[in-house]
Amino acid sequence: MLHTFVAYVEDKPGVLTRVASLFRRLNINIISLTVGHSERPGISRMTIVSETPAHANEHTANRIRASLHKLENVLDVDEIGKAPSVTRELALIKVAATAATRSHIFELVEVFRARIVDLAPDSLMIEITGVESKIEGLIQVLNETGDRVLEICRSGKMTMRRGKHSSGVLRAMGASDPDAPKPNLTHEIVNDNFADNI
Amino acid sequence: MSKKTQTTGTHPTLTGAEIIWATLAAEGITTVFGYPGGAILPAYDALRKFPIHHVLVRHEQGAAHMADGYARASGKVGVAIATSGPGATNLVTGIATAMMDSIPMVCITGQVPSRVLGTDAFQEVDITGVTLPITKHNFLVNCAQDIAPAIRHALQIAQSGRPGPVLVDITKDAQQNSAIFDFEAAKPQAYDPHPMLSVMDTHLREAADLIRNAKRPVILAGHGIQQSNAYEQVRTLAERMQIPVAPTLLGLGSFPASHPLNLGMMGMHGESWVNHAIQEADLLIACGMRFDDRVIGTPSTYSPNSKKIHIEVDPAEINKNIKADVALVGDLRQVLEQLLPLLPGRDGSAWLKTIAESKGESAVRDIRNLPDDGHLYAAHVMHDLWHITEGKAVIATDVGQHQMWEAQYYHHDYPNSLITSGGSGTMGFALPAGIGAKFACPEKEVWIIAGDGGFQMTACELATIVQEKIKINIAIINNGYLGMVRQWQEFFYERNYESTPLVSPDFVKLADAHGIAGAAVRTRGDLADAVAAARNHNGPYLLNFMVEQEDSVYPMIPAGKALHEMIRRPNNNPLVEKPTDE
Repeated sequence: MLHTFVAYVEDKPGVLTRVASLFRRLNINIISLTVGHSERPGISRMTIVSETPAHANEHTANRIRASLHKLENVLDVDEIGKAPSVTRELALIKVAATAATRSHIFELVEVFRARIVDLAPDSLMIEITGVESKIEGLIQVLNETGDRVLEICRSGKMTMRRGKHSSGVLRAMGASDPDAPKPNLTHEIVNDNFADNI
Repeated sequence: MSKKTQTTGTHPTLTGAEIIWATLAAEGITTVFGYPGGAILPAYDALRKFPIHHVLVRHEQGAAHMADGYARASGKVGVAIATSGPGATNLVTGIATAMMDSIPMVCITGQVPSRVLGTDAFQEVDITGVTLPITKHNFLVNCAQDIAPAIRHALQIAQSGRPGPVLVDITKDAQQNSAIFDFEAAKPQAYDPHPMLSVMDTHLREAADLIRNAKRPVILAGHGIQQSNAYEQVRTLAERMQIPVAPTLLGLGSFPASHPLNLGMMGMHGESWVNHAIQEADLLIACGMRFDDRVIGTPSTYSPNSKKIHIEVDPAEINKNIKADVALVGDLRQVLEQLLPLLPGRDGSAWLKTIAESKGESAVRDIRNLPDDGHLYAAHVMHDLWHITEGKAVIATDVGQHQMWEAQYYHHDYPNSLITSGGSGTMGFALPAGIGAKFACPEKEVWIIAGDGGFQMTACELATIVQEKIKINIAIINNGYLGMVRQWQEFFYERNYESTPLVSPDFVKLADAHGIAGAAVRTRGDLADAVAAARNHNGPYLLNFMVEQEDSVYPMIPAGKALHEMIRRPNNNPLVEKPTDE
């Protein structure tokens, strides 16, 4: 099962090791990890996507989050879960293409709302942002049309919670309502306390 | 290095080496345990200017265990010092031991000069890398002005929330260079409690309802009671609601052993009635404990019909091994203070009566109730030692059979009176940890109890006792085997005693070579006089108890079995008719 965590960490040497080492110790694979400056000076923001092993249960995500928070350099941790959020990934894809084969790639790029950012005599580079499935979709189509993908560079996911919306649309979409009465289950309450602190 | 102490404004300029001691002294540290070496030499050079007593150990593992024992006995932070490279790596076992048992400890290590960091310089080891998973946090400090903030922060981290060890690695040049020493400015930011540490009223009410309505509740008393100083609150909870209490190994002493509501230690070597009570309970109130595998047997079979209230300071422990129905995440004492007003009282007599009945059946098997067969049993040693010291001694035990017999037969009424390596099970712990405990409470009687195997792992620290001129008593439970391993071989490996018979030196002569008095004890009849001689001797004393060789610790829950599937004590009592339960 995939879990997405957002962590605010001090921008210091060794912090990445501490975070990565925690997942290593719990024997949990990190699928993607993006780090960059946040809105706070000296504080970086990490989006960590991890895959919990088959024997993990519903509490594993809470444990990971609590363990992350125990690290001295970690200031805040949020697990996105099913909360309304926006997730994006950036990919650069270099495809073999000559003057004769370019035009259908231009069409594909148009359809996927991607961009051509480099054009060379025998290759071109596509920049695409979006959710994972959109990027996977473009790569799959490129493969199926026989275009040779030379290189792929993906940023990994970046995730941000949505702001509070008053409309019922998100609720109708199955997203949890932040104002709903809190269920009386310990781990979920703990979960909610946590989110408020971000 | 002939730097004179200069004053800039109101704050003096000191060398980094001086700042180390000045910071520790200003933080109230009076005793440290360490061993000098090249990369920490500047610090040692500055030591004599400061009111700090340095205990020279014989091996850095001893320094870490002494700091650990000091912390456990005093409730304050323990400090260990070592040089770079092998000095630092020798601390590792001691740091891991402290980590497993949540002991507040700060280790200060020297490091090669910052200009050669990462070049495989002489005695260079990446100790912050090595200790990353076994410390709560660690620091690499490579300039003098960062030393005071790092040490102050380390002390804060070690003691706050769930305590644990912190390592501060300081390069040699940082010790040699100078900086302004401003103790106040080096103060860390106020401790920021974990955001999960907020107990909600709904949870308190839920917990109170469970406690009020429980028919068969048990309080599980863990190490957290001592660390959060919640003895009174736990006692009030137990007495007011008439709930029996089962301590963990590290929880011994957190609830008086002589209290009628104390059932005795739970878990792998817990008495049968204790584990049966837990299995049959309808409510477990876990106070500052983490449902270790030595306590629960297997998670799937553990106390199947009970609700669990888990009161714990570390949110990562919630639902780790056992699912909590209500988790109260916070400092145990504060949580109980919030909870107690919701609990008016309760009649628990029926459940207590049921437990009391199951006790009697076990008593006939107890070695204390067997006729004397002329042999010396370790259980006798523990029981008699308890009796003679009136249960008032501070006991440091090693790991293995003697540790479990001590837990079963030395009844701890007082907090911080048992110093033992629980989570990590570190052999060689007792002697150095006992020395550390003696420094923490010099007025108390301290006994070190170790097996013949574990004692030899750190026996070099006998010389430390002599050099420090401390009064300490040592009891070696000598059965000629690595006893607990032999017991497992007996039970689970068809008595294939591979590599467990142990040839040891004559421990009395070994003590004598150090200038420590001692005697061997071979019969129970000689025990009382020998213990009296040790206690009355003006100086350290070693007793070598030659106990029954192939004795085993009962009851025992085999690994992977449920709590009630224990191997009972054999019913050897010829005076009592054998029950037919097995």
